[in-house]
Amino acid sequence: MCTGIVENTRVSGSGKGPRGWFLLDQASVSYDHPDHAQAERAVIIDLLSETAGPESRIAVELTPQSARNLVRAILASISRGEAMDRDQERESSVIDHPVFSRTKSS
Amino acid sequence: MQKYRTDMYEGMIAETITVPGHDRTVLNAYFARPLGSGPFPAVVLIHHAPGWDEWYRETTRKFAHHGYIAISPNIYQQFGHGTPEDIAAKVRAMGGVPDDDVVGDMRGSLDYLKSLPQSNDKAGIFGTCSGGRQAFLVACRTKGFDAGVDCWGGRVVMSQQELTPKYPVAPIDYTKDLSCPLLGLFGEEDQSPSPQQVAQHEQELKKYGKTYEFHTYPKAGHGFFYYDRSGYRQEQAVDGWNKVWAFFENYLETSDKR
Repeated sequence: MCTGIVENTRVSGSGKGPRGWFLLDQASVSYDHPDHAQAERAVIIDLLSETAGPESRIAVELTPQSARNLVRAILASISRGEAMDRDQERESSVIDHPVFSRTKSS
Repeated sequence: MQKYRTDMYEGMIAETITVPGHDRTVLNAYFARPLGSGPFPAVVLIHHAPGWDEWYRETTRKFAHHGYIAISPNIYQQFGHGTPEDIAAKVRAMGGVPDDDVVGDMRGSLDYLKSLPQSNDKAGIFGTCSGGRQAFLVACRTKGFDAGVDCWGGRVVMSQQELTPKYPVAPIDYTKDLSCPLLGLFGEEDQSPSPQQVAQHEQELKKYGKTYEFHTYPKAGHGFFYYDRSGYRQEQAVDGWNKVWAFFENYLETSDKR
């Protein structure tokens, strides 16, 4: 809170805390003095469930450079995954086409 | 200041109590005082951004050990209960606690301490991190404190873009209203507050002829008192604490008004 820099976004997914899995609905990303990380400043990420209460939280403190690396890794993973999904959709549409033709001619 | 002797008696009481907060709220507070009838000076502690945690309980007892009636109210109480870290994360995500609420909370604790029969009618305010900022703010917006200590409070200096409904005015803009002497302890390697921001604050204090002492420590960053964090700096912390004791002794340990 010494910088006041915080960005919040809605998220959908699950997180695993000490008491097991729970549904996530918010991510809070701050740039501030960390509680535990060995750095003067850190990117502090809290993955939260507003409905489940404050103890349902996944907390991460990253150095700014490692946070950038994480962002790149997330974006690269999404990019490769979505490309794979598009390829599979194209393949399935090619396979589907003859079936559609046979059905039409019968 | 506590003068140690091997033949002295020492005792204190420390416990959680409730005190009035802003807008008729009731806050949990950690309270510690020396045993005996006093009269003792009082100190209100404003906890830091990591929350109402063990360090603040320890520090409250530390003040009692040094002869002060001390209280640390939970200024995050309106956000619910849980571990200090989890509640602090919730407060962080919600953009902090409103300045007006903190001023009201501190007024409630001040009135409580001064009402005690052990009080010498003098009171100081002490805070670290966001609590340091708030200690200065409260000392400007509240009458009744006799000395204030701001330890590395960030965002005393704020840009227009940083102002929000919760933080509508930069604390530095209240400097002309500062109602008591101020001690500021800072780290040269801190970036919130940066040395430039500390210098700007100091210029404002000079401009209005305020009584203050600022000390900026080399080879120290943010939170150099916190022995449980990587920013701890032993030499600077020992010297800083000695400055706190000397400052409060000077302004709080006499009953006559200066």
